[in-house]
Amino acid sequence: MPHIEFDMSILDPALLQELDEFIEVQEFPQESIIAILHKAQELFLWLPRELQLHIARKTDLPAARIHGIVSFYSFFLEEPNGKYTVSVCMGTACFVKGAQPILDEFRKQLGMGPKDKITKDGVFSLNDVRCIGACGLAPVVRVNEKIYGHFKVEQVKEVIQHYRELEEQAQ
Amino acid sequence: MDLKNLIRVTINDIPVLVPEGSTILDAAKRAEVYIPTLCHLKLDDFAIENKPSSCRVCMVEVEGRPRLCTACSETATDGMVVSTNSQRALRARRTNVELLLSNHPQLCLTCAKNMDCELQKLAHDIGCREITYSGKRSHHPDDETSYSVISHPDKCIMCRRCETMCNEVQTVGVLSALDRGFSTVVRTAFHLDMTETSCTKCGQCVAVCPTGALTETNCTHRVWRALQDPSKHVVVQVAPAVRVALGEMFGMAAGTISTGKICTALRKLGFDGIFDTDWAADLTIMEEASEIVHRLSTPGSTLPILTSCCPAWVYFVESQFPDMLDIPSTCKSPQIMFGTMAKTYYAEQKGLDPKDIVVVSIMPCLAKKSEARRPELMNDGMKDVDIVVTTREFGHMLIEIGLDLNQMTDSNFDSIMGESTGASIIFGTTGGVIEAALRTASEWITGEPLKSVELTSLRGFDGIREGTVTIGDRDLHVGIAHGLGNARRLLEGIRDGEFHYDAIEIMACPGGCIGGGGQPYHHGDMEILLKRQQAIYREDRGKMIRKSHENPMIKKIYDEYLGEPYGPKAHELLHTTYTPKPRI
Repeated sequence: MPHIEFDMSILDPALLQELDEFIEVQEFPQESIIAILHKAQELFLWLPRELQLHIARKTDLPAARIHGIVSFYSFFLEEPNGKYTVSVCMGTACFVKGAQPILDEFRKQLGMGPKDKITKDGVFSLNDVRCIGACGLAPVVRVNEKIYGHFKVEQVKEVIQHYRELEEQAQ
Repeated sequence: MDLKNLIRVTINDIPVLVPEGSTILDAAKRAEVYIPTLCHLKLDDFAIENKPSSCRVCMVEVEGRPRLCTACSETATDGMVVSTNSQRALRARRTNVELLLSNHPQLCLTCAKNMDCELQKLAHDIGCREITYSGKRSHHPDDETSYSVISHPDKCIMCRRCETMCNEVQTVGVLSALDRGFSTVVRTAFHLDMTETSCTKCGQCVAVCPTGALTETNCTHRVWRALQDPSKHVVVQVAPAVRVALGEMFGMAAGTISTGKICTALRKLGFDGIFDTDWAADLTIMEEASEIVHRLSTPGSTLPILTSCCPAWVYFVESQFPDMLDIPSTCKSPQIMFGTMAKTYYAEQKGLDPKDIVVVSIMPCLAKKSEARRPELMNDGMKDVDIVVTTREFGHMLIEIGLDLNQMTDSNFDSIMGESTGASIIFGTTGGVIEAALRTASEWITGEPLKSVELTSLRGFDGIREGTVTIGDRDLHVGIAHGLGNARRLLEGIRDGEFHYDAIEIMACPGGCIGGGGQPYHHGDMEILLKRQQAIYREDRGKMIRKSHENPMIKKIYDEYLGEPYGPKAHELLHTTYTPKPRI
């Protein structure tokens, strides 16, 4: 019978050790699975299936169950995010104030197809989010932790430019 | 019953007293009022109740409440007045069935579950004549990679019964609901093919699936092809649990024994040799009892010894307890021993080239289909068993050509692989293999005949049982588990040093092979399993010879061909090895 080989060596050993220590201090690891997955995503930035399998084996939970949880909650990422995550709020207030054209413009200027979640160079990821609780600033765009209020379509270009420059400096 | 904890509930004007904590559905059962259900599944013997109340089919009206509620999950309260047939309840029920059908591929004519589908029956019973709703349908790829279990997720109604069986009863943990909302699908981790996971192929997901979302692979066309090929000598073996269940597909009461009728039906199908897996089970006992005696009498041997007849259990131990592969007996299962002997001894006796022999098995089991493909069980690249069909597939073959089992006269299995003892028939139920093995081991150790061949301390239906069998001056501690979740608890107990047994029998399916994934659907009625078990013990009592080592044809095969039980030739032909497998 063919068995799929998982290459666990893609997981950074130092980060794995930190995760394992976190799991070991849990009194009931199986019941703290959400917290463990949060920790894992904080460390690895996303949850590749090798990591899900590792957590399954550490907590003695079935891998199918872990994957069920990860795929249920949109917070958990099964694909890597870009270095800069652009989140366009699509809550009611932002939506009526023109969030859709903003999202479309980001998609266009970042050269992303309708189903792409991340740019080809891996620098930006783009997603729409539900109300982030800043309706007074509608429409709102968030890039990583920074909030841009009263956003205008014309700003898309300068925002992208700003983060491209940051990325160039970093390199 | 403790009267203090009873509550009074009225169902359709019928007052009943039920224990506190009962659901409305429980109360309705007591009042003998039928409420249709679909997702609900209750397995009393495993203390498992699947009631996600996802299908919304059991809606009833409770007096004084503005909303309807689901009878399967709503706890009854004292003084509750329930109407199951009010206009509102009936309409809600029909609406909910229509909604289920609106996202169901209406391919009933060609579905493997046609005429045996709980959704289809419900639509019929409720009188659905049109589906008023239309819209997007969920679509997911089929998984047909496994030799045993096929998944068609488009037919899934999200009852989660398979998940309950796989996770809670069997603790295999291969199936889970993935994704969310309309995209939800019950699948393996990371959408892997079923063959890439640690699925044991026990088929209990198939046994409880109300629709055609999970079915077995269909091998009947391969049997027809073999039967019509004049260059092939086609032999068939019938497993013990088949004969106490097949009749159900032909309207016979559960627990009807139809061994003789099965032999006649097989003859009409045109098999060249009609044989009994029980004969091979006697052979298995010769080897397994020898191994027990050997391990008991050799200092430093690994104990306990575990039975190895159940391929789902073997797969389970390989993937879940890969550190304990030294405790299962090395004996091949009866199905495989039969195949080996058919292609060696029988071929020699008949002057046939083993390549021209096709071995067909009729099994109560889906894992047997995968077992036949195990690389460990190949002989010179040749499979011991070529085609495995389930009890259900066999029943359908008979129906296909218009053979009514009721109309068959009785006949016998053919010689030289058809003679069997009472010991081998009880292989079909939990506790049977170890009882059969100890009937023989005991007489070999003491050299005296048993006072009573029925080792009743090993019988029963509890998930984990233990018994003591006194052999000479030694008390042998025996553990028995059926259902893989119980097997897990037993094995963990052994690993932790909590349990100490000399011999253990494990069967993967609830009830043993009588409750196998390939048996006629029981639709959650555990009474059917009990009746099949009683039939097995009845068949044992009706046998003249009840100990495997007294089977004259088995003695003959050792004299003429195999030499000593557990000897070099027996080892070469009748024993196997196990391989650790990853757990995913």
